[in-house]
Amino acid sequence: MALAATSVFDLLALSPPGWGGNLLRGLAHSLEIAAGAYALGIGIGVAGAAGQLYGGRVPRDLLEAYTTVVRAVPELVLILLLYYAGTDLLNRGLEAFGFGPADISGLAAGIVVLGIVQGAYSTEVIRGAILAIPQGQIEAARAYGMSARLLMRRVTLPAMLPYAIPGLANLWLIVTKDTALLAVVGFNELAQETRQAAGATKAYFIFFLAAGALYLMLSLVSNAAISRIEKRARRGMANPAGGPA
Amino acid sequence: MKAPEKWAGHHLAMIVIGAVIVVACATLMRWDWLADYGDEIAAGLWRTIWILAASVGLGFALAVPFGFVQVTGPAWLSWPAHGFCTLIRGTPLLIQLWLLYYGLGSLFPQFPWIRDSFLWPILRQAWPYGLLALTLSFAGYEAEVMRGAFAGVPKGQIEAARAYGMSRFTLFRRVWLPLAVHRALPTLAGETVLQLKATPLVATITVFDVFAVASKVRQDTFIVYEPLLLVAVVYMILSGLIVLAFRAFEARLPVRLG
Repeated sequence: MALAATSVFDLLALSPPGWGGNLLRGLAHSLEIAAGAYALGIGIGVAGAAGQLYGGRVPRDLLEAYTTVVRAVPELVLILLLYYAGTDLLNRGLEAFGFGPADISGLAAGIVVLGIVQGAYSTEVIRGAILAIPQGQIEAARAYGMSARLLMRRVTLPAMLPYAIPGLANLWLIVTKDTALLAVVGFNELAQETRQAAGATKAYFIFFLAAGALYLMLSLVSNAAISRIEKRARRGMANPAGGPA
Repeated sequence: MKAPEKWAGHHLAMIVIGAVIVVACATLMRWDWLADYGDEIAAGLWRTIWILAASVGLGFALAVPFGFVQVTGPAWLSWPAHGFCTLIRGTPLLIQLWLLYYGLGSLFPQFPWIRDSFLWPILRQAWPYGLLALTLSFAGYEAEVMRGAFAGVPKGQIEAARAYGMSRFTLFRRVWLPLAVHRALPTLAGETVLQLKATPLVATITVFDVFAVASKVRQDTFIVYEPLLLVAVVYMILSGLIVLAFRAFEARLPVRLG
């Protein structure tokens, strides 16, 4: 075959005739989108959990509908729906106020779309974590006369963190892998860059293997970081397994 | 918490709002394409269900040994199983799918003995790669669940079975496996819903599932939202059915665990 002349190292070289640089740039984009979507998702999750636990009936029902729908519909479908509907609505809104159509950056759109998906899962994780706090702690804070916001900031959020970390860590691993889905809408993240490189060189096997290795590395590094964070967050707490903490 | 007011006015209001949205979607949006594509949608739906059922069944069959050897197996079996799980869970399914279909699929034709084999007519199609990727993915995630389930079976149960003089195979078949499956059932329902949500990825390798049909409608007719909304509703109904089916199955099993 003709491709045998170019070795794996030539294909994956960092400088332009090789495609390694493109893959790494794609990985950086994936990380940016993942980090942004994760942060947005946690923001939605905190607000959503507070709404579900302490909000009125209507917000409670709306949030219930939001989390149910997002968790029952494939991410791929949600991404397409949110992407087209989001850009469409934004442009119509701009038109109504007399502006021209905006050119929405792939990065921002990816972050918002994945953030909304993550938000539904974060809501459930944080809701469960808040319910796992010994409720006497919250009652004690109320007895001190703390305002709702101070209570949230000083007691509820820090106290729920150890319970939420395993679930939130799992969501981080999910969002880093979900960024690959954005290739379907054409964002220049790792999966899309890989597809382009593979299509241009016809070395499909090598490039998808390389992309898999990059994703795996990201997961393994995340795992190592997560177990350290988890250990730190659990310091001073009783170990449920009964062994040494 | 406040059970008595379960059917209070706000629920009624939500139902009314939901009904208004449904009626608005039905009347204000375009649904005339449904008649033309009805057969294709049905065929796509059938393919989605078929791929889901096959990959869950085969994946679970793989997950049982993979989970089991991680609990009691020798190191030369448990380490590869552990590595397989890490590999599957650490990379996106989309990349696994493309690696198998585009990667392996582009390597196969170079070997004459594969092209001449009786399997070639099957290997030239897209669905075997989709099914393989989904099966391996399900096995990877479910093996982790089964590992926990096998490890969580109370020791006394297994010791009692041994004391009865059961052979190792009988012990596995009669005691260890049923108890582990029972423990894993609630997670299995969730994993199956996640697997359903992973099936539309096969549309990216030209398998014509229900999502691919919707994409085709969008390309043919330039209708943006309606096909996607239809597919979203279809997946929601399927998710609901899966949850109900597992609930019914769980209800038939005895509840008390030793």
